[in-house]
Amino acid sequence: MLEARDVRKLYGAYVALDGVSLSVREGEFVSIIGPNGAGKSTLINVLTGVLAPSAGVVRFKDRDIAGIGPVALARLGMARSFQLVQIFPELTVLETLQAAAVARLGRGSRLFASLRGDRQVQREALEVAELFGLADRSHHPARSLPQGHKKLLDVASAFALRPDIILLDEPTSGVSTADKHGVMEILVSAAKRIGLRAIIQVEHDMDIVFGYSDRVVALHQGRILADAPPAAIRSDARVVDTVIGRRRGG
Amino acid sequence: MTRSGAAALILAVGAIAALPAIAPPYYVTLMLPFMAYGVVLLGLNLLFGYTGLVSFGHALFIAIGAYTGAVLTTHLAVRQMELILLAAALAAALAAAPVGALCARYVKIYFGMLTLAFGMVFYTFLLKFYRLTGGDEGMRMLRPSLLGSEWSGFSKTAYLVGPYYYFSLGVLVLATLVMWRIVRSPFGLCLQTVRDNPLKAESLGVSVPRYRWSAFMISAVYAGVGGALLATPTGNVDPTLAYWTHSGNIVFMILLGGFSSFFGPLLGAFAFIFLQDAVMSVFPYWRLIFGAILAFIVLFAPGGLMGLLARRRPVEASRA
Repeated sequence: MLEARDVRKLYGAYVALDGVSLSVREGEFVSIIGPNGAGKSTLINVLTGVLAPSAGVVRFKDRDIAGIGPVALARLGMARSFQLVQIFPELTVLETLQAAAVARLGRGSRLFASLRGDRQVQREALEVAELFGLADRSHHPARSLPQGHKKLLDVASAFALRPDIILLDEPTSGVSTADKHGVMEILVSAAKRIGLRAIIQVEHDMDIVFGYSDRVVALHQGRILADAPPAAIRSDARVVDTVIGRRRGG
Repeated sequence: MTRSGAAALILAVGAIAALPAIAPPYYVTLMLPFMAYGVVLLGLNLLFGYTGLVSFGHALFIAIGAYTGAVLTTHLAVRQMELILLAAALAAALAAAPVGALCARYVKIYFGMLTLAFGMVFYTFLLKFYRLTGGDEGMRMLRPSLLGSEWSGFSKTAYLVGPYYYFSLGVLVLATLVMWRIVRSPFGLCLQTVRDNPLKAESLGVSVPRYRWSAFMISAVYAGVGGALLATPTGNVDPTLAYWTHSGNIVFMILLGGFSSFFGPLLGAFAFIFLQDAVMSVFPYWRLIFGAILAFIVLFAPGGLMGLLARRRPVEASRA
């Protein structure tokens, strides 16, 4: 579905990504891990068309998507959420999800149509609000939500696009440790409900990474250190030393 | 809209409609610029309040609308106000298409300064191309016909406080209804996503430059129509219509009324015109007073008059 081949990204003389190749197949849940500065966010930005790679190819659904921009990618079936929470502060939860539904259905140019009267938009927005446990706050302005719910809304709005593939940049950051697994369960169940075909996430919490991933890609200094199933990653000494770290006494 | 809000609105429209029967003609004629600016501000607030772009050059489109009316009535013998409004809207849209395409790539101060620059370019054109525009003397705007009648039996004042008043009110009501629909449409929702968070909006597939340009176009059309309405009562159009202080005045009106409320700009236009008239009659340096009011609003009442009213309501309710 999504393939990056020999991707390089330079910021002046600094090499953020150095020959990264990665492919994501249908049905996969892939986690990207790595220490700070490994190039994870740059890779996500390249995969989502926000940044054009300095060299290499990025293909999605057999189309070259290098640098085509988030709008075109969203229409092509790729959605993303952000590491730092991105919401529409003045819009309510429901309006935020309606905006995603409007964009997905290509109804944003309807100047004189009633938003309230658009049953499909209303239904889709409410369905996603319910999937993410936000229905009881659907009329609250996004700015008034607790931080964890803001994060959830950010992710939920990406799901409301009903994409084929979704890229989640630290989906549980800002969520309390006790709630992280709950949030992941919501994500996985929502993914099944809306028919998502693949998930890529950047995540620091190794319990989450090993608990939910089919495959883990470890990045270090802009290069892929390992690309394997969780069990193999766990036993890869280089990954353990540079990315995961060893438990004391372990 | 709540029931009490709808009732207040119907009451306000009824009061405005009844005004010519109960108020002196002087105050009735003051309502004419209110209604013209009301149309302008409905459009400008789509750009400001709903899309998050502050234009300091929208007087450009007011002037285009006003000069369109003047050219049509004096040079082309077109006197039907309905045609004049259509032509003003079209002329404003034609000018806004390239200006908006350039400006919509920028935000904040850069957008504001670019719009101001285009406004001043047009001001200079109006001032210096004397043979075309009449220079600093401007051009006459002849009395237009309304709804197929020339109202020739009416004196100028009777025409303005009678047929023209109700025609302007009709245009304002129509413009309000259309804008009410626009801001509650899927398009209006997309504009608000652009205002709140362009990065997030783009990630959802909302093309930020396209929506900014579209809002700019609609606001320019409204300004053009408002400009044409504004020209008739004065009977003359001149380059000061495009001057940057005029753009500043309409931004002030929005801030005065409150840009986060749909009806705030209308209240702002009303308060501005009557306040200006009251202050000017007792104190020649009215801008001094208005400067102090603007500072007060920015510092203590960022929601404008509508914000103050909304804040007052729960207090009154709790007292009851």
